[in-house]
Amino acid sequence: MYRYDDFDRQLVEERTAQFREQVQRRLAGDITEEQFRPLRLMNGVYLQLHAYMLRVAIPYGTLRADQLRALGGIARKYDKGYGHFTTRQNIQYNWPKLDEIPDALLDLSKVEMHAIQTSGNCIRNTTTDQYAGAAADEIEDPRPYCELIRQWSTFHPEFTYLPRKFKIAVTGSPNDRAAVKVHDIGLRMHHNEAGETGFEVVVGGGLGRTPFVGKTVRDFIGKNDLFSYLEAILRVYNRFGRRDNKYKARIKILVHEEGIEKIRDLVEEEWAQIKDGSLRVSDEEIAQYVEQFAPPAFEDLSDDSPELALHKAEHRRFANWVQSNVIAHKQPGYAIANVSLKPIGGIPGDATDVQMELVADLSEKYSFGDVRVTHEQNLVLPHVKKADLFALWSELDAAGLGTGNLGYVTDIIACPGLDYCALATARSIPLSQRISERFGDMDRQHDIGELKIKISGCINACGHHHVGHIGILGLDKRGKEFYQITLGGDASENAAIGKIAGAGFSEAEVVDAIESLVTKYIDTRDPGERFIDTYRRVGMDPFKEVLYGDR
Amino acid sequence: MAIVKNDTVIEQEWITVDAEGDLPASDENLIVPLARFKEQREDLIGRNGGLGVLLNPGDAPEDLADDLDRLSIITVNFPAYTDGRGYSYGRVLRERMGFKGELRAVGDVLRDQLLYMHRCGFDSYDLNVDGETALTKVRAALKEMSVYYQPTGDGRATAASLRERRANATGKAF
Amino acid sequence: MSLQVATANRLDDGLVVFLTANGGWSENINDSRVADGKEAAAVLLQEASAPELDVVIVGPYLIDVEQQDGGLVPTKYREVLRTKGPSVRQDLGYQAV
Repeated sequence: MYRYDDFDRQLVEERTAQFREQVQRRLAGDITEEQFRPLRLMNGVYLQLHAYMLRVAIPYGTLRADQLRALGGIARKYDKGYGHFTTRQNIQYNWPKLDEIPDALLDLSKVEMHAIQTSGNCIRNTTTDQYAGAAADEIEDPRPYCELIRQWSTFHPEFTYLPRKFKIAVTGSPNDRAAVKVHDIGLRMHHNEAGETGFEVVVGGGLGRTPFVGKTVRDFIGKNDLFSYLEAILRVYNRFGRRDNKYKARIKILVHEEGIEKIRDLVEEEWAQIKDGSLRVSDEEIAQYVEQFAPPAFEDLSDDSPELALHKAEHRRFANWVQSNVIAHKQPGYAIANVSLKPIGGIPGDATDVQMELVADLSEKYSFGDVRVTHEQNLVLPHVKKADLFALWSELDAAGLGTGNLGYVTDIIACPGLDYCALATARSIPLSQRISERFGDMDRQHDIGELKIKISGCINACGHHHVGHIGILGLDKRGKEFYQITLGGDASENAAIGKIAGAGFSEAEVVDAIESLVTKYIDTRDPGERFIDTYRRVGMDPFKEVLYGDR
Repeated sequence: MAIVKNDTVIEQEWITVDAEGDLPASDENLIVPLARFKEQREDLIGRNGGLGVLLNPGDAPEDLADDLDRLSIITVNFPAYTDGRGYSYGRVLRERMGFKGELRAVGDVLRDQLLYMHRCGFDSYDLNVDGETALTKVRAALKEMSVYYQPTGDGRATAASLRERRANATGKAF
Repeated sequence: MSLQVATANRLDDGLVVFLTANGGWSENINDSRVADGKEAAAVLLQEASAPELDVVIVGPYLIDVEQQDGGLVPTKYREVLRTKGPSVRQDLGYQAV
């Protein structure tokens, strides 16, 4: 994993000092709230419904054990004993005091963490595949490039006051687990005809009130040229992106209004002028970053683990957990273990201080001190010996972290919604809890199989509802919460925006509506079909009929 | 109002004219909005006084390619500090077009954006405060950070270049 | 015409507060000064938005309230949540006290 050197450390320390001074100026009345707002936002400080919220960056979703332990400590010392892992692979705290946030940031800086650019109209935290460096299907670990993007984008002097926020996601695997096609820029690693490794560059994807699947602006960019190419895209966006209407200011609107051909021309023209400049990264420099993310010291193991087989035979819940939560690793004898933050009836993505510290400890014991955060709001121990899985699961389970539901109907993405968020129009969490309870039976979940339900509490779509197999959008209808259902969304390499099924449902009706969809799927599916496969085969109408009948 | 350049408060020696209306006497130093410069280019470059151009958001600095040598100053307007187009104009003018004259930020120029402006090639700042306050703000802002990741035209060393220098000196990477 | 009170978040700790009769800010909505009618509401908002309060509170605005069982209750659910705390964590926020 990447370790800060003295330059990185100094930069974060200076930033921490700078924000402390800005907070002091704000509290003393030297700067107004209007002037302070963008400064606090660029340090991850929002004002939410009940209090301030601090969003801490987890660059490309990778944490060391000491960092996760520190996140738990922050929850205890400056918050109310918990944190919320987000769909941006970050963590946010719901109750920090403004005058204490500089101290929290100082604590974070000691473990090479910060809240830089977790909000504001700048380049946000770069996200990637949570299984990077471990997945069996990976071409190459994307994180060295993510780290280089982190450095390039941190305090970029030209791109700190963009028309709107800007999100970059990277996948090193053909199976896209980072939803790269619904980001402002999505980078998909692949080989060109010459056999070189580089990236397809997708631009203008996004969710929110105007969802789009991104379009390919360039089929292949070599690794050395990636950063100048990103700079060219950002410069075109900074200069030509709309600033007259914040709802039309994302790059997806520019791409939509101007057309991808025009954007490609502008980007290529810009890139031609900077590609041989100082942003070209040498092979040697890339190699240094690849070295930073070198695989841990795996043991030579047989891929078959008799211990694992034995424990699976003896413990049904463990066997279920392995089936759903354990993913193939590239190294024989190892596995990727997902830690569900979706206990049945729980709050998706929330973890207590003690749970964070436990996972940190377990990562040291079983996974080389390496932890990942997923955009689906779970945690991952990426390098666990198969023979250790049972011991790991037993400790997780004792702490309420052993739920075996990854990718299942109860593994719901939900934004904080109206329970916390100042922008929300309806609550998300209680609905996710009720759906989770309805489908909580483990056998039923296994039978239903992969089904991604994603819930947003407003049109801004932080809960990714547009790309849920079943998406739910909470709205306010004359003072009452009601929920609109979309079907057929997909965040994977086959990205698709879901279609609205019809009129919304009241809070009382919506769980039954979801159940009727699931029942229809079970009745209709061909062997081996997931919900999304069946939907693609039969289309919207049969599902619409169970929702609305003749209505 | 005070203008800070090269760690000094400087006098306002320029008159910025509107898009329309009579031009002042021929020996006055004028700053003209880009649109008017393009319309009245011949008249303007025939005058005796100094000449500068004001860029507003949406303008293309590339339009000045043939005239950079004639311009002593380019002012870039930040109508609101949140409108970041001027940062790109600064870098294009300095790093691509090679503009060597004064590049001044005007409009909603606030302390917390000064370092970014500096890094994008600006060398003077028109702040809406008195001279002493302006100087204090500029000095504080420009030394707030000492590590930079992005190579820009301001010539400040980047972390990558410092790492390389150290690697060469010590013979080991990182 | 509905009744209105002025609310905001306190600058230093961010907690929800309400403008009181004596010009202070309280965590309890029942301490609020209540405006009855359009003119009174405009005066209340003006007072809550006074520039000198920029170092005390953030983002003042008016909310509709009703008298219920001798107390003030916001008419919108969003504002009810602000007077209580998250519905999914009843151990937190003002409702926990």
